Amino acid sequence: MKANMNEKVWDTQKTRRLTKLNAAKDKGLNKLVPNDRAIELLETVIIREDKVCIEGNNQKQADFLSECLSQCNPKVLNDLHILQSVLALPSHIDIFEKGIASKVDFSFSGPQALRLANLVQQQKIHIGSIHTYLELYGRYFIDLTPNVCLITAHSADANGNLYTGPNTEDTPAIVEATAFKSGIVIAQVNELVDNVPRVDIPADWVDFFIVAPKPNYIEPLFTRDPAQITDVQILMAMMVIKGIYAPYQIKRLNHGIGFNTAAIELLLPTYGEELNLKGKICTNWALNPHPTMIPAIESGFVESIHSFGSEVGMDDYIQERPDIFFTGSDGNMRSNRAFSQTAGLYACDLFIGSTLQIDLQGNSSTATVDRIAGFGGAPNMGSDPHGRRHSSYGYLKAGQEATDGRVIKGRKLVVQLVETFRENMNSVFVEELDAWQLQEKMGSDFPPIMIYGDDVTHIVTEEGIANLLLCRTPEEREQAIRGVAGYTSIGMQRDHEKVEELRARKIIQRPEDLGIDISKANRDLLAAKSVKDLVKWSNGTYAPPSRFRNW
Amino acid sequence: MNILNFKFTSQPVDVTMKEVICGVVGSGNLEILVSSITDNEHSEFIINTSVTGFDHIWEAVIQEFVNRYAVGGLQFEINDMGATPAVVSLRLSQAINILEGEAHE
Repeated sequence: MKANMNEKVWDTQKTRRLTKLNAAKDKGLNKLVPNDRAIELLETVIIREDKVCIEGNNQKQADFLSECLSQCNPKVLNDLHILQSVLALPSHIDIFEKGIASKVDFSFSGPQALRLANLVQQQKIHIGSIHTYLELYGRYFIDLTPNVCLITAHSADANGNLYTGPNTEDTPAIVEATAFKSGIVIAQVNELVDNVPRVDIPADWVDFFIVAPKPNYIEPLFTRDPAQITDVQILMAMMVIKGIYAPYQIKRLNHGIGFNTAAIELLLPTYGEELNLKGKICTNWALNPHPTMIPAIESGFVESIHSFGSEVGMDDYIQERPDIFFTGSDGNMRSNRAFSQTAGLYACDLFIGSTLQIDLQGNSSTATVDRIAGFGGAPNMGSDPHGRRHSSYGYLKAGQEATDGRVIKGRKLVVQLVETFRENMNSVFVEELDAWQLQEKMGSDFPPIMIYGDDVTHIVTEEGIANLLLCRTPEEREQAIRGVAGYTSIGMQRDHEKVEELRARKIIQRPEDLGIDISKANRDLLAAKSVKDLVKWSNGTYAPPSRFRNW
Repeated sequence: MNILNFKFTSQPVDVTMKEVICGVVGSGNLEILVSSITDNEHSEFIINTSVTGFDHIWEAVIQEFVNRYAVGGLQFEINDMGATPAVVSLRLSQAINILEGEAHE
């Protein structure tokens, strides 16, 4: 009998799951749950201290389920540990204010950054870590596996097979981790159909599904109106194309969101073509379907695009271009954030994005004092993966530049593209990142830095390009950064002689060093000057959201 | 409205045409009116700006511009609507490009 007493129980998780499912059954909650019983369902299958993943990233939100969770009784449900990519909706924060949840692990909190910072100060929330997307998905399979996940899909059939459509995004990573570790999967869907166009999530991975009162929220986060692109952004885009993309022959890349990179996208069919770069640069992308890519696609610059999510209004255009996008037999795209982040990390040769602050070591962050915004996917894109084994011209060239020629590995190009001053004459270049003050407030082990300085290879401003790969000492690196920091106090404190020496060594390159005619830096160079132009380029298949329609 | 005046020594400008308008008056932008003055060893700058507290930055931007181009004998009147130094530099260079472009025709 002694052996039996010591016998270890190996299925506590399954037992816990079954107990929850039986409790739901006892209340008459079947697999298809009416939406007015959603709160009852959550209070039945979620228990105190559960890890709950609410699907929500910078685009798609399980908004109905999140709202329901925020309306649960904190006497029944409390001390939950929330896991989710993005804290975007008011209800995401309400959950903490009401005491239903007390701990969070997340990636990005853009719209709720101020409220989140307040909660931290009131000690109503404990932040585990601010993760990158891949890091968070990774932890779903290691030590942050959800007990319950609340997801969203486009449609379901009567059995609960789910169709996620173009905005698949985080759904596969969340469901796989939950369903295969005795967790409970609850989906909100926009509609119930006889047959789903394709099965993205099989019914037997889904425990409950609910037709939400209205379709899930989707943010058109990647739409940039060409009318708002400035001449300075065009000048910087010219420098990137001629000074980085051309010499490194960058074919496989990711662009951040913003007007700076939108300018590059809109210069490919004009300036890129003029420089005879079609087929030589920017052919294969890890990128959301940016509407500003339409002219480059139509001009034959682009061969393929794999996407993290979709973009509102782009569905018909995507459907018409299956050679470019990854679409299913139903004709619609299946985006996948986890796969696209992996592609961006390992298979792309270059990431270019923007930031709010850069210090003299090249560390950058979008987390500033009083705003805990997080970073989303940028750190995955903007880091040099040491595990990479395959070469390309740009990867090898960058590796050689970094090591004076003798390489055992190449380097991914990570470019920060910023104007020296942001709004209200705030300098992007700073002695010390706000992240250090933020670290103290959050009580975390290190400051929330978005892209580490040692990953950054180039900084581009209106003043020129600094190639940090070619710097040999920390002092050179500092002067290279000061040398493109313009009229900020960081830039004004440059050592002029040293900067001229760096310029002679092509560590710093000005527009005139690159043979760029700055009188051409104006909006005439954009392939599309308005959203209406983008619609024209798409032959009418791009349907911009109403807020971008002004004609 | 804040009015700034700067006068810098400069090599005489070598173009014949000396009247140019560059840029636009709009938020975050500026307009530059170039005209000639008799003193061709100096360049004068009159800046009308809605923003205060950045005189030293204006001076640095214009000093750099005067170091790069021979602009003696020219007056630059700038109507600023909160342009960043990046825009100011770009517009000044574009004004010179327009002057030089005309000279070559």
